[in-house]
This record gives sequence, C-alpha cells and structure tokens, in this order.
Amino acid sequence: MNAESRQVPLVFKSKTSGRIPRGLTFAAVFLIALMLVIIVTNIFLGGFRTVDWTFLTHAPENGMESGGIFPAIFGTVAMVILMVIAVVPIGVLTAVYLHEYTRPDSLITRLIRVAINNLAGVPSIVFGLFGLGFFVGFVGSGLDSMFYDSPRPVWGQPAIVWASLTLALLTLPVVIVSTEEALRVIPRELREASYALGATKLQTIIRIVIPQALPGILTGAILGVSRGAGEVAPIMFTGAAYYLPHLPSSLHDQFMVLGYHVYIMATQSPNMEVTRPILYGTVLVLLALTILLNVVAILIRSRLRSRRAYA
Amino acid sequence: MSGYHFKPKSRIREFVGEKLIAANALVALAAIALIFLFIFKEAIPIFADPQVQKEASVSRMTVKQEFYAGREPKWSWQPNSEVPKYSLVPLFIGTFKAALVAMLFAIPLGVGAAIYSSEFAPARLREIIKPVIELLAAIPSVVLGFFALIVLASWLQNAFGLTYRLNALNAGLALGITVIPVVYTVAEDAMTAVPRSLRDAATALGANPWQVSFTMVLPAALPGIAAGVVLGFGRAIGETMIVLMASGNAAIVSGSLTDSIRTFSATVAAEMAEVVFGSPHYNVLFFIGTLLFVLTFLINLSGDFILLRLRERIQGRTK
Repeated sequence: MNAESRQVPLVFKSKTSGRIPRGLTFAAVFLIALMLVIIVTNIFLGGFRTVDWTFLTHAPENGMESGGIFPAIFGTVAMVILMVIAVVPIGVLTAVYLHEYTRPDSLITRLIRVAINNLAGVPSIVFGLFGLGFFVGFVGSGLDSMFYDSPRPVWGQPAIVWASLTLALLTLPVVIVSTEEALRVIPRELREASYALGATKLQTIIRIVIPQALPGILTGAILGVSRGAGEVAPIMFTGAAYYLPHLPSSLHDQFMVLGYHVYIMATQSPNMEVTRPILYGTVLVLLALTILLNVVAILIRSRLRSRRAYA
Repeated sequence: MSGYHFKPKSRIREFVGEKLIAANALVALAAIALIFLFIFKEAIPIFADPQVQKEASVSRMTVKQEFYAGREPKWSWQPNSEVPKYSLVPLFIGTFKAALVAMLFAIPLGVGAAIYSSEFAPARLREIIKPVIELLAAIPSVVLGFFALIVLASWLQNAFGLTYRLNALNAGLALGITVIPVVYTVAEDAMTAVPRSLRDAATALGANPWQVSFTMVLPAALPGIAAGVVLGFGRAIGETMIVLMASGNAAIVSGSLTDSIRTFSATVAAEMAEVVFGSPHYNVLFFIGTLLFVLTFLINLSGDFILLRLRERIQGRTK
C-alpha cells in the first residue's frame, strides 16, 4: 500500500474530538501498568516477611521446608559472572566489527544481523537442548575422551560452565544491540581526531571508541545479566540442580540457582502450605534482582541519551 | 590531551586485530548454524532408523493410530506407556491454543499502548510508559509462571467456575504478558518512524491530531504493527516456563480453552530430564526442538523482512 495510492479525504469535516480513541488507547496503557503493579505487589506482600538476613545467608533445611536460599543466590551470581566473562568480549567485538569495519549493506553484515535477530528469537528451551547436545554431549564428552581416563565423566555432564556458556549465547544479542547503540552515538570527529594524531584503526578502536562506548557496554552487560539470571529453560539440562549439599567449587560442578529453585518448589513441593512463604521469598529475591538491574540499565541509558542530545 | 601517545604502527597487529574481531563477529552466525545442526542431528533417526520408526515415524506422529486392535484410532501423546504413543497433534493443539489466547490478549493491549504513546501521550508520560513496558518484559518467565500457577489460576477458577484450575486460558493470559512488550515495541517503533512530512500534510488538510493518527500514521505503520504481531506470535510459541507451570500439561485433543493443555516447549522441558539417552522418545523430543527452532526461525525471518521493507519504504519517501 502506497501513500500515493491511498485515498486521503481532502477535507476533514467531522470535528470529533478523538476522545474515544484517546481514552481506549490510554486504557490499554493503564491496564498494562496495572498488571505490573498487581504482580509486583502480590509477590512483595507474599514474600517480604520471609526475606531477611538469615534467609539470604543460610542453606535450605528439612527438605526445603525451612532455612534460606544462600546456595541458590551463590549459584546464580557465579553463573552470571561466568556468563558475562564469555558474552561481553564476544558481543562487544561483534558490535565493533559491524559498526567500525563493515559497511551496513555488505553481505556479511546482513547475514550476521539476520543471525543476531534470529538468535534473539530462538526459544529458550531450544537453547537448553543445544546446551545439552553441544556443550555437554559434544564439547564436554570430547574433553573427557581426550584428557581423562576415568569411567565417570568429568566435563561431559551438566555443569555450571555449560549452563553459563548456553546463557552467554542467549544473551549475546542483548549485548550486541546495546553496544551498537553506544557506538552510533560516538561522534565521527572523535575518530578522525584520533587518526589525525597518527593512530591506526585498531588503536583508535581500543583507546578511543571502546572507552567512549563503555556506558552502553555496561548497559548491555546489565541487561544480559538480568535476562540470564531469570532464565530457567536453558539451564535445566545443562547444570542446574534442585538441591546440593555443597556449593559449586569448580567449573564442572552442578549448582543451585534461583529460577530453577522457584520452578521445582512451585511444581513439586509435597507440602505447599509449609513451603509457600519460602517460595514467595525466593520469587521476591529473583524479581527484586531483575527489576533492580533493569532500573540501573534504564538510568544509565537515559543519561547516555541526554548526553547525545547536548552533544 | 597529552595522555594519548600512539606507538608506531604495526601492520601485523592491525591485521591480526581485524581478523580476530571479524572472527568474533562470526560467533552469532556459527551459533545459529550449530544450534540447528546439533538439535536436528539427534532427530535424524526418526527419518533414517527403521527401529525408531516402528515407534515414532512422521506418520505415526501425525496420523491417528490404532494402538490396540479393535479400538478406535486416535491421536495420543503417551511416551511412557507400555505402547509408547508419540502423536504430536495434541501438543500442536495445546501450543496453538495457548498462543491464541496470548495473542487475543496481547494485540489490543500492545497495539493500543503503542498508539497512545506515539500519538497521544505527552512527552513526559511517554518517558514513563517505555520503562514500565521494559520492566514488564524484564520479569523472568519463571516468575510469571509462578504467578499464573499460584495466583492467577485461582482467580480465574473462582471467577468463571472452571473445572480445571490449570488450563489454556490461564497459561495464555500469562503468556500474553510476555508478548505485550514485543508487540508494543515493534509497533511503537514503526509509528514513530512515520515521517513528519506525512503528519504535517494531513494537518494542513485540516485534520485534528487523532484524524492524523488514524488516516495517516496508522495506515503507514500498519506493516510494522503486523510485524510486531508476527514476532509476538513467535515468542508465544517458544515460551517455556510459563506454559510448563500454568497449563496443566495434559495432552488433550479438545477445542475448549478451559481444558488443560500440553505444549511443544513444555513437553521438551518436562520430559528431557528423564528420557533414556538415544531412545525413540529422546529422538522425538529433539524432533520437537527442531520443529520449534524452524517454526520460530521462519516467523522471525518474516517479521524482520516486513520491517526491512517498511524501513526502506519510509526512508525512500523522505529522501
């Protein structure tokens, strides 16, 4: 449909005020905000009595019926740290390549962009299958057969490193998109000034472009962490465990994680009435973590944008 | 700026650096290819291994089967029964019932909110709406699944007197909450991208603001809204934790939205942990994974294609 071919009334006669469409569309916004408020309030009211220092720093006891969630918090933090170590360098360099080295209409750029967009749309459970088939089954078992001579698998089993790497792939598009947005804001004059001082392209990227893009990279990393910390489907076959007596001590250990803890407690608890406060408390911790991370990311980005407005 | 002192140029470093960065950029491309390869690889026996095909061939997964002599043929997903039944039809129905509810819920809200924030909202309110939607998108799906399972299901059951607490309606509504941000973001982007000149032209012809929106902006941005809906649908099909927790997970062939359902994604999530490695069941679960991957891939590709065309058209016009 073209603008040229469309019939536009030449004179707008009816002077309806537009109150109805305005009101209806506002109602949509209102309902969405209301849903957010209801969900957050419900979880806050259900969980805030449970969440205290003891809850955050102690291990579960009596088959999850008392005690805290420290191992799940520890596992979640360890997992996202490993994930960030993997995803940030790859994501940043991909964005740099797309923005600094190639023209936007070249074939390779377009292919990579299609891949990034589609990676963002791959269902999370498919990432889980991939993590199991590739990282655990192929890479892990491959390492075992090359370097170890034990009947029991060392790397070829679900482990925190495989869960983190699976999540790194899942969050890669988040980091790339965020970094690219930051790269676009950097004025061209800055790069040209660097060249004028005799810097090469690589020197300019490492010492001028990337430092300038740091807030955007940070935003991407934070959003990635927020996303990764809440995902369950990709890690349920690649390393997460419901209950472990010990904290993970090496890369090939299994680990407890908040999201998976919520899933198991909510669906497989034999005594729901007893575990409900702990369940609500765990959900509140997870939700508070993701919302906090997102608020920080939103604030950093809005500062970044206002800087562009005055640049 | 005395701090900047550049060492003499090294061509080798320059070259190696560029190649390393380029190699990095291929990770995303390689990931997509590897994901397909490694998931499809485990589904191949369904097409190649006669032993596996005895239990799970493509026709056994799609056509009604007579599992016991003399009984009426039916579609059935019972992988752990004595006679394993791998019909994908109940799962297909479940997946689409949940997605249907999600879309019916999310399209009016997502598109409506997009129209309000791009056409009517005062600038300051718009600065609030966007973060609110971002926060909604940030809620982990396991938290939404928890909410639908513990809270929403009881509300719906009490309100409508439903027989099954966990059903397509319950899962679909929770699923809709994850779809709204997708529809909103894409639709809002498309509407704000409509060039000013178009709005000005309509205003010059005597249209008031909402007439400008509905006769000019909305029709011009329609492909973008459609793309938002398409991408949202892709999201609804692939989402796992919500349907796993809130749908009841019963593979029933029925048209009712208040019956329990079992979706493709939830089936993989629920059964993968206990399946025997290399069994027909294992192959079927990877086949479902392949289906999900291919389906969402095509959906995302067509959504992106619509957006690309729209962008070219709008930019072409303003030049």
